[in-house]
Formats: sequence, structure tokens, C-alpha cells
Amino acid sequence: MSLTNQQIDVLMQMIVLTKHEEFSCDDCLKRMAEFAEISLQGKPIPDALKEIDDHLKICGECREEFEALKVAISWSAGE
Amino acid sequence: MKMKTPTNLWVQRLTGSEEDRSCALTELRGLLVARVTHAFHHNTIVDSSFVEDVVQDTLLKIMNSIGQFEGRSLFETWATTIAIRFAYTELRKRRWKDLSLDKLVELNDEFVPEPEQSNDPNQQERQGFIKAMYEVIHEKLSQKQRTALLAELAEIPMEEIGRRLGSNRNAIYKLTHDARKKLRQGLEQAGFTEADFVNLQERN
Repeated sequence: MSLTNQQIDVLMQMIVLTKHEEFSCDDCLKRMAEFAEISLQGKPIPDALKEIDDHLKICGECREEFEALKVAISWSAGE
Repeated sequence: MKMKTPTNLWVQRLTGSEEDRSCALTELRGLLVARVTHAFHHNTIVDSSFVEDVVQDTLLKIMNSIGQFEGRSLFETWATTIAIRFAYTELRKRRWKDLSLDKLVELNDEFVPEPEQSNDPNQQERQGFIKAMYEVIHEKLSQKQRTALLAELAEIPMEEIGRRLGSNRNAIYKLTHDARKKLRQGLEQAGFTEADFVNLQERN
């Protein structure tokens, strides 16, 4: 079994995004609430949170949780 | 009209008298039920019982780790982050309940480090890149790194990979991060540049 073309492209994209130091999923979770609020306010991402942005580009699970979080908190804002 | 609890009062109420704590938990529970229900309203697996269980686990976690709230966000947003993590953890566990460790090991055992051949001359450069990438995967990665990376490419969630390998999501992320670094380093040593990583991807 070898990789499909789609898997190869995903892997190539992951290699492009790979940095020497990266936030782990736990690091991301710790700052995700703050990142989501800033993101929803449309403010520029501060340097201290850039690594969250990088992590979300590569980690599908954290990205999925981040998108759900934004939906959840934006609902309450509209109440 | 009911007043919302300011962020700086949540911790005070949740760690205060029994009456304060009870009122705050009731308020927080209601908020989290509404938010989780809304966030997963398209998911047919998520019903009221699922949401209740998630929120219950979330409230327990919050009470046990309230000292970890650093006040960088609204308390409600922090609490919702935990609830969303619990909800997805449970959904992934259910989705992948039939995945065995053997299946993960098979991904590695059945991996053939030879790319499929293409006669298309436009694909030759890409083929060369893929061949080099396969060689690095086969020769430079540890068995555990290869298994985790191949499983991730098969879209198996890291926490489910971790569960099968006696590890956890965070450790699997670090494992695959190390694998990606080795892969990048190996490809650079083989003469490929970052531009190749991008261009050869777009050519497909």
C-alpha cells in the first residue's frame, strides 16, 4: 500500500508548515479561548498568539474544536 | 432581566460559599448546555443526553482546575473551550470505536516505500520527490513515528491513535512533529527546497 495523491499533497503541505518549535495541542488549548475572542472581534493576532495560528493550520483536531468554539461563543454574543 | 456574571466574579462564586457555588454552577451549566447544543446542532449524534454528559464532565473538570484560569479571556469562553474538547473527544471515540491496534500496525506493515510509476513527463519531477519522501519515511522514521504519521494521513484522530498506542494526543502530536522535522530535513539533504515542496504539490 502506498499513499494516495491526496495524502501525498497533505503531507507536502504539512512539511511546508513544519517549524522547528511548535505549540502542542495542550499549549493550543490553554490559549484557544483568548485566540477565539480576538479572532471573532476581527483584531490582528498578537505575536504571542501566532503559534496558535500555526498550530491550527496543521492540527485538524484543534482546528475542528476552534471552529466549534467560535460558533458556540458567537451564539451567546447574539443573545 | 437576569444579570450576567462578570468574568472576575465567576472564580469567586465557584470557590465561595456553598450557596454561591451552587448558583454559579447552575448558571454555568445552563450556558454550557445552550452553547454546546448550538455548536453541534448539525450533528445527529449529539442529543440532549450527550450534551448533559459533556457539560457534567466539563463542570467537574472546571471545579478541579479552576486555578488554571488565567483571566486572558472571558471565563465563559474558557469554560466553553473545555466543553467543546470533551464533546469532540467523545464523538471521536464513538466514531473510531472499532479501530484496533492491529489496524494501525497494518498501516505501517503494508506501507510500500515505492511510489506508483507515472509515464507522464510532467510528473517526473514530482515522482522523484515522492520517491525521496518515501525513502525518508522508510529509513529515517522510527516504527512508532511512521505508524502515527500514516495513521494521521488516514485521517485517524491523534487522540484515537494515542489511545491504541498507550499514549495521548499531546504525545502523538509531538511524535508526528518530530517525524515531520525528520522528513523535512531528509528531503533538504536530498536536495529539495521549500519551493519544491510547494511547486510539486501544486503541479498535481
